[in-house]
Amino acid sequence: MNWEPVIGLEIHIHLKTRTKMFCRCEVAYSEPENTRTCPVCLAHPGSLPVPNAKAVEWTIKLGLALGCRIAERAVFHRKNYFYPDNPKGYQISQYDEPLCVDGRLVVPGPDGEPEVGIVRAHLEEDAAKNVHTGSAQGRIAGASATLVDFNRAGTPLVEIVTRPDLRSADDARRFLQLLRQTVVELGISDAEMEKGSLRFDVNVSIRPQGSDELRTRTELKNLNSFAFAAKAIQREVERQTGIYEAGGEVEQETLHFEPGTESAPPLRSKEEAQDYRYFPEPDLVPLQPPAELVERVRAELPELPGARILRLAADLDPDTATDLVTSGRDALFERVPGDRRAVANVLMNQFAAAGVDAAAVDPEELGKLIEARSRIPRERLIEALAASGTPGFSADDYLGDGLMADTSELEPIVDRILEANSGQVEAYRGGKEGLLGFFVGQVMRETRGKADPKVVNELLREKLSA
Amino acid sequence: MIDTLRLTAEEAMGLIERGEASAAELHAAYLDAIRDRDGELHAYLRTVDEADGGGVPIAFKDVISSRGVETTAGSKVLQGYVPVFDSTVAARCREAGLPLIGKTNMDEFAMGSSTENSAYGPTRNPWDPERVPGGSSGGSAAAVAAGLAPWALGTDTGGSVKQPASLCGIVGLRPTYGTVSRYGIVAFASSLDQVGPMTKTVRDNALLYRIIAGRDPCDTTTVELPQPVELPEREDLKGIRVGVPKELNEAEGIEPGVKEAADRTIELCRELGAEVGETTLPRSVEYGLACYYLVAPAEASSNLSRYDGVRYGLRVEGESGVRSMYERTRDAGFGDEPKRRIMLGAYALSAGYYDAYYGQAQKVRTVIAQEHAAAFRSFDVLVSPTSPTVAFRLGEKAENPLAMYLSDVLTIPSNMAGLPGLSIPCGLSEDLPVGFQLIGPQFSENTLFHVGHALERAIGFDVVPGRLQ
Repeated sequence: MNWEPVIGLEIHIHLKTRTKMFCRCEVAYSEPENTRTCPVCLAHPGSLPVPNAKAVEWTIKLGLALGCRIAERAVFHRKNYFYPDNPKGYQISQYDEPLCVDGRLVVPGPDGEPEVGIVRAHLEEDAAKNVHTGSAQGRIAGASATLVDFNRAGTPLVEIVTRPDLRSADDARRFLQLLRQTVVELGISDAEMEKGSLRFDVNVSIRPQGSDELRTRTELKNLNSFAFAAKAIQREVERQTGIYEAGGEVEQETLHFEPGTESAPPLRSKEEAQDYRYFPEPDLVPLQPPAELVERVRAELPELPGARILRLAADLDPDTATDLVTSGRDALFERVPGDRRAVANVLMNQFAAAGVDAAAVDPEELGKLIEARSRIPRERLIEALAASGTPGFSADDYLGDGLMADTSELEPIVDRILEANSGQVEAYRGGKEGLLGFFVGQVMRETRGKADPKVVNELLREKLSA
Repeated sequence: MIDTLRLTAEEAMGLIERGEASAAELHAAYLDAIRDRDGELHAYLRTVDEADGGGVPIAFKDVISSRGVETTAGSKVLQGYVPVFDSTVAARCREAGLPLIGKTNMDEFAMGSSTENSAYGPTRNPWDPERVPGGSSGGSAAAVAAGLAPWALGTDTGGSVKQPASLCGIVGLRPTYGTVSRYGIVAFASSLDQVGPMTKTVRDNALLYRIIAGRDPCDTTTVELPQPVELPEREDLKGIRVGVPKELNEAEGIEPGVKEAADRTIELCRELGAEVGETTLPRSVEYGLACYYLVAPAEASSNLSRYDGVRYGLRVEGESGVRSMYERTRDAGFGDEPKRRIMLGAYALSAGYYDAYYGQAQKVRTVIAQEHAAAFRSFDVLVSPTSPTVAFRLGEKAENPLAMYLSDVLTIPSNMAGLPGLSIPCGLSEDLPVGFQLIGPQFSENTLFHVGHALERAIGFDVVPGRLQ
C-alpha cells in the first residue's frame, strides 16, 4: 500500500515589540536574569494586564499576510495550569475567538503549489524561563534546583496553527522557510530559532494514499532547525508506515527531541488530556479592531515573499526561487542583468559563499562579472565576487587587461609546461585524457591564475593532439 | 480634643481648612481611638504611625495594595507580603493628600459575609461585640462606625461593602462596575470586584467616590464617568420615581424588624415627594445567588492560582519537587472558604461542565441585567433592605456556608448586573442598625447620592453606636 503523510504545524513566534504583551517591561533576550520585570509580569496581587497595541496591530498584519479574516471581536482567554514559569497560574491566550482565522499560504515546490490552510493566528504571552541547575546541560533530570528567569514572561507570542494540509517533510520545510521569511519581511519578528523567537511543533500521521481519513497523530516537539524537522518528520512517517504494515496501531504520543541536539533519540510521552479550564479573561475587554486599522495595515503590506517566489519561479525553478527569496538575495537577483539561471546560480553559490552584503552591490557590475564567469579563472571570480560589495567596484578590473587570453603570450608557457612534464604527455597521448586538468592547473599556477582557461584549454588540446 | 466618634470626613476637612487641626493631629487622634477601642473590635490588621499627606486619614481594606505597607487580603498565604506598588485607588488617595491610617480586617480574599473568615481572627460589631460586623469589608465598616477612621475603602463583589455598611450602621457604596480601578486590588472575582467608599454620611461617600472614580489606563475595564460626581444638597425627592421590587422586599428570611424599617423608609420616600410604585425582578432574585456562586468561584479559582509559593508570600517546602511545594503551601496558606470556592470554581470551569455551569451563569447574568434595565424604564431607583437580617452573632453561621451565603441574597442580583448600589442606615431593629439599599442604573451614582442624602436627613439616624455614646 502507498501511504500518504498528513502533516500539520503549530508555530510560535515572538513579536519584536519594544515592550511586553501586557505590561511595559522591555522585551529582552540577553539581559541579566529578572531585570526586565514588574508587578504585572511577576503576577503580584492586584496587577492587571493591558494589551500591547503594537502587538495587536502586528498580529493583524501577519494575519492579513496569511490571507486570514480578521475577527471583528476577539477574546482573550485564561489557560489555567500550575508551573513555576507561569506566574499567574494561567496564561493569557486566545481560545475560541482568535484574532485571525481561516487563512492560507501557497508554498511553491517542485510538485506544484500546495495551499496550506491556516486555521488561526492568535496572540498570547510567553512563559518565563526555567533554568535547571546542578545537572548536565541544564536538563531537569538530575537537577538540584530550578531557577526562574522572568525576563521572558509576557513576551508577545503569536501562535499559528495550520490545517493538516502538508503531504511531505520537504513541503513542511518549505512552508516553515516561507513563513519565517514572511514574518521577517513584515518586520514583526526576528524569527530566530537559536534565540527561541521561532519555535514549532509538528503533528504527523499517515493514511492510505487516496483516503481522506485522519488517523492517530504523534506530536514532534523541540525540533531545532527546519532541516532537522524535515528529517525527523521523514523518520516518523517511516516509523508509522512500519507499524501499520506490521498490522499495528500508532499510539497518540509526543516525541520530545533534546533541545539543541539532533542526534539523541526523542523521549516519548503519553498525551494526557490536560484540562486547562479555559474561560474568557475577565480582566480584559474583547478586542474589536477598527475596520480602518485593518484596512490601513492591509494597504501597507509589501509584496510578500510567497508572491515573489511564484513570480521568480517562472524563469527558474521553485526551489531556486525559494532559496533566493528566503536568503533575501532576490532583490539583487532582480536587478542584476544577464542569464537568469546563471545569475541565480552565482548568487546562491559563489556569491553566497563570499558573504557579501547584497544591498551594497552594484548590480550592473555584478552582471558583467557573471556574464564573464566562464572566461576568467575560478579563483579570480571568487576574488571579484568578494570585492563586489566595496564602493567603486568595477568588474573590468578583474576582466579585460588582467586576463591573459592572448595565444602568443600563453603559447610559450604551455610549451614549457609540456616539455617539463613529458611523462604525463606520454600518458595523455596513451589515452589518459583526464590529465588535461593537470596541465591546465600547471598553466594557471604559472600565470598566477591570470590565464583565460578557455584559451588554455584550446591550446593544450591542440598541442597534445599534435 | 477631637471627637472621632462623631466627626465626619467633611467636618474633619473643615478642621484642617480652618487650621483648627493638622493632618498629623487628626491622624494621632484616630490612632488614640484605635488604641482605646480596637483591642475589643479588631477592625485593624495594622496601623500606620505617621501621617503621609495633609488631608483626612483613611483606612483601606487589606485587599487594597499600598506601597510599602503589608497587604495580606486576610490570608496566611500573603503574610509578610509588602506591595512594591500602590493600587490606583491608593495612588489617588495619596494624590488627594489622604494619609493611610491602617489596613482593615476582612474575610480571607473577600470571601465571606461576617469577617469571621479572616485568617487573623474576627472583627466585632461596634454596636454589639458579640455580633459580626458583616463582611467581607467588616474591618472597614467597624472602623468607621466606631470612629476609628473618618472614612474607609472596602471592596464589593457580592455585597461586601453594602452588607457590612448595613450591619454597622454606616453608608456604603458599591459603584457601577468599571468606574473605579481594580489595579492593585487583590482579585477575588474580576468581573464583579469594585472598590467602594464606606463613610458616616452620604456626602462623605460622594466626596470619596469623587477621589477614586474614573478611567485608569492600568485597568482596561474602567471608563470615564459620564458626569462629574455631585455633592448632594437637595433634601426632597420630588420627581424621583422609586421602584419597590416585590421579590427583594418580600424575600424569605427578611426579619420582621428589618422589613418594618425598610417599609418605613419607603413611606418616607413618598413623604419627601417621590413617586413610589411596585416592580418585579423575578428571575434576578431567583437565580442571582446561584449564578453568583458559579461566576465568582470560577474566577476566584483562577485568580488565586498565583499564590503558589514561588515568588512571594508563604512557602512551605515540599518533600520532593515543585508539586509538593505547591500543595503544602496552598494547603497551609488558604483557609476553608477559599479552598471551598477554588474547588467549586475549578469544577464549574472544567471541560464538559463549562457550558452547563459557567457558560450558563454568564447567560443568566445577561437576563438579570435585562430585567433590571426593564425596571429602570419606569423607575430611577429600586429599593429594598440591604441585608435580610441585622448583625448576627459570631459563630451563628460560621459552620453553615449556605446560611452565610444567603446574607447577600438582596445585594447580589444588582451586582451581577454591574449596577451601583448604596446602603444607608434607616433605623434600628433589636437595637441594631438596619440598612436600606438604593439601586440605580449604570452611572447613576449622583441620583443615589441625592436620594440617599435626602433620606439620611429625614431619618436622622445617629451613626454613633449606642454603647459608645
